[in-house]
Amino acid sequence: MNDKNLALNIGVVGFLALLFFLVSDYHDGIIARILILAIFAMGYNLLFGYTGLLSLGHAMFFATGMYGYGLSVELWKFSAFEGLLFALVISFLFSMSIGVLTLRTKGVAFMIVTLMFSQVFYLVVLLFGEHTGGDEGFVISTHGRTLFGLNFVDPTSKYFASLFLFAVVLLGLTLFVRTRTGKCLVAIRENEERAKMLGYDVWVHKFIAIIISGVICGLAGASYTLIFGYAGAAFAEVHYSILPLLWVLLGGAGTLIGPLVGTVFAFYLIDISSGYTSAYLLIVGLVIVLLTLFAPQGLAGELKRRMAHWLQ
Amino acid sequence: MAPISHLSTKGLSKNFGGIQAIRNVDFDISKGQIRALIGPNGAGKSTFVGMISGRIPPTTGEIYFADQNITSLPAHKRICLGIAYTFQITSVFSKLTVHENVALAVRRNRQLKPNDVLEQVSSILDKVGLLDRANSEVRELSYGHQRLLEIAMGLGQEPSLFILDEPTQGLAESEVLEFITILKSMAGLTTILLIEHNMDVVMATAEFITVMNFGEILAEGTPDQIRLNEEVQLAYLGKT
Repeated sequence: MNDKNLALNIGVVGFLALLFFLVSDYHDGIIARILILAIFAMGYNLLFGYTGLLSLGHAMFFATGMYGYGLSVELWKFSAFEGLLFALVISFLFSMSIGVLTLRTKGVAFMIVTLMFSQVFYLVVLLFGEHTGGDEGFVISTHGRTLFGLNFVDPTSKYFASLFLFAVVLLGLTLFVRTRTGKCLVAIRENEERAKMLGYDVWVHKFIAIIISGVICGLAGASYTLIFGYAGAAFAEVHYSILPLLWVLLGGAGTLIGPLVGTVFAFYLIDISSGYTSAYLLIVGLVIVLLTLFAPQGLAGELKRRMAHWLQ
Repeated sequence: MAPISHLSTKGLSKNFGGIQAIRNVDFDISKGQIRALIGPNGAGKSTFVGMISGRIPPTTGEIYFADQNITSLPAHKRICLGIAYTFQITSVFSKLTVHENVALAVRRNRQLKPNDVLEQVSSILDKVGLLDRANSEVRELSYGHQRLLEIAMGLGQEPSLFILDEPTQGLAESEVLEFITILKSMAGLTTILLIEHNMDVVMATAEFITVMNFGEILAEGTPDQIRLNEEVQLAYLGKT
């Protein structure tokens, strides 16, 4: 019944693979970056779009992966593979502790608490500027940008590594949202009290959602550093907590394809409008206002409402 | 031999600030019985079943279910033990389909294969007469159908104790008759605790009735005994 979703998502991945050969190098570079940030948005979407928990601090999960990878590779000379594993383990432990602490709150309090933790994270990055490079950040040396014989200075490797990771997360989530746990998350979003009275342990399910979301965002941060060779405090700043929210809202919260659609849309909106005027933020703002007015559920959300009810 | 007690409460009380909503209630229901809980508005019926299902923590007293003290168990664990609760104010997943609402109830805690879930959901929806609406979003349903869905979700849980808080409120007459049939078909298999204002439903289904007033049990007995009980008439009709 839902295999339309699987087919669509596989189709999207196939199309993206083809796209590499059709567009210029400039766009290949942008799309690779978009794909990694779309992973970030997908991680955010699992918590916000599917479970209904609005976090304002997801930059900390992205940055955990980023620094988990960058520091282990640069300071302790881990190989890229070890660094990636290390970043994932750290992300897992970090999201677990954030989950335990923040799930004591709900609604607005949850937003504030996640925001505060993320700010603390940012300040800690600055505090240890000696190692983290603070705002300036640091560049990853060659050994940290080579994985399984692929060197990510090369645009083709960059593009296909990004696409591979994106595809793994997208298809993984496609399967996950169909499981009993995935469907329970939606039930919690829709009516938490009822979910509880059907016998679901609401706390445990939210906890699982935070961990999966945190690890996916950590993976995005680590692979960004691996593929683009840079880590910096800007990625831990508050606007990197707002951006995934924006991408997910533009693309369609609670849809699998929404985060990609939103990230592509936001990137190219800026890219194209800044070609016309230096006041491009005015155009961006106007488009966002129009979208909120006419497609409040985001682009994919609107598509789902109008014609594709099967969209997950 | 005395019937086996399925659910009982001992000295159950609930205070809201200075108000004693439930006072020292000892209650007992045997396995497989259909029990109606009646009483005037504000008698404390919903608070009482709220404490049984775990939505409201009691101030003092204890609750036993299937020989187990469940007083300190959180709601979801009680549900897993076999208690189902339908809300007085309709509480469903309004943006999900009818099918998914019942599937959420069926899927919980069981190692059912997707096909088994599908089959079971269909048979339940057929039973309550909502099968043709299975793929509609719940918010498109009429109020009466949403009430029936709420009952269907309870059935999907296959409870051993089914608590229904004013299930027929807002149902059309034909739907009430359908509901009575469903309830009777469960008799003997499931213990049912029914809060109900519609006396026709109570008299048609209940084997035993408990009357509450001012947070206490006023009377208990068979439908005939309750009908003739003077205290009950007094509480309901306000005769002096």
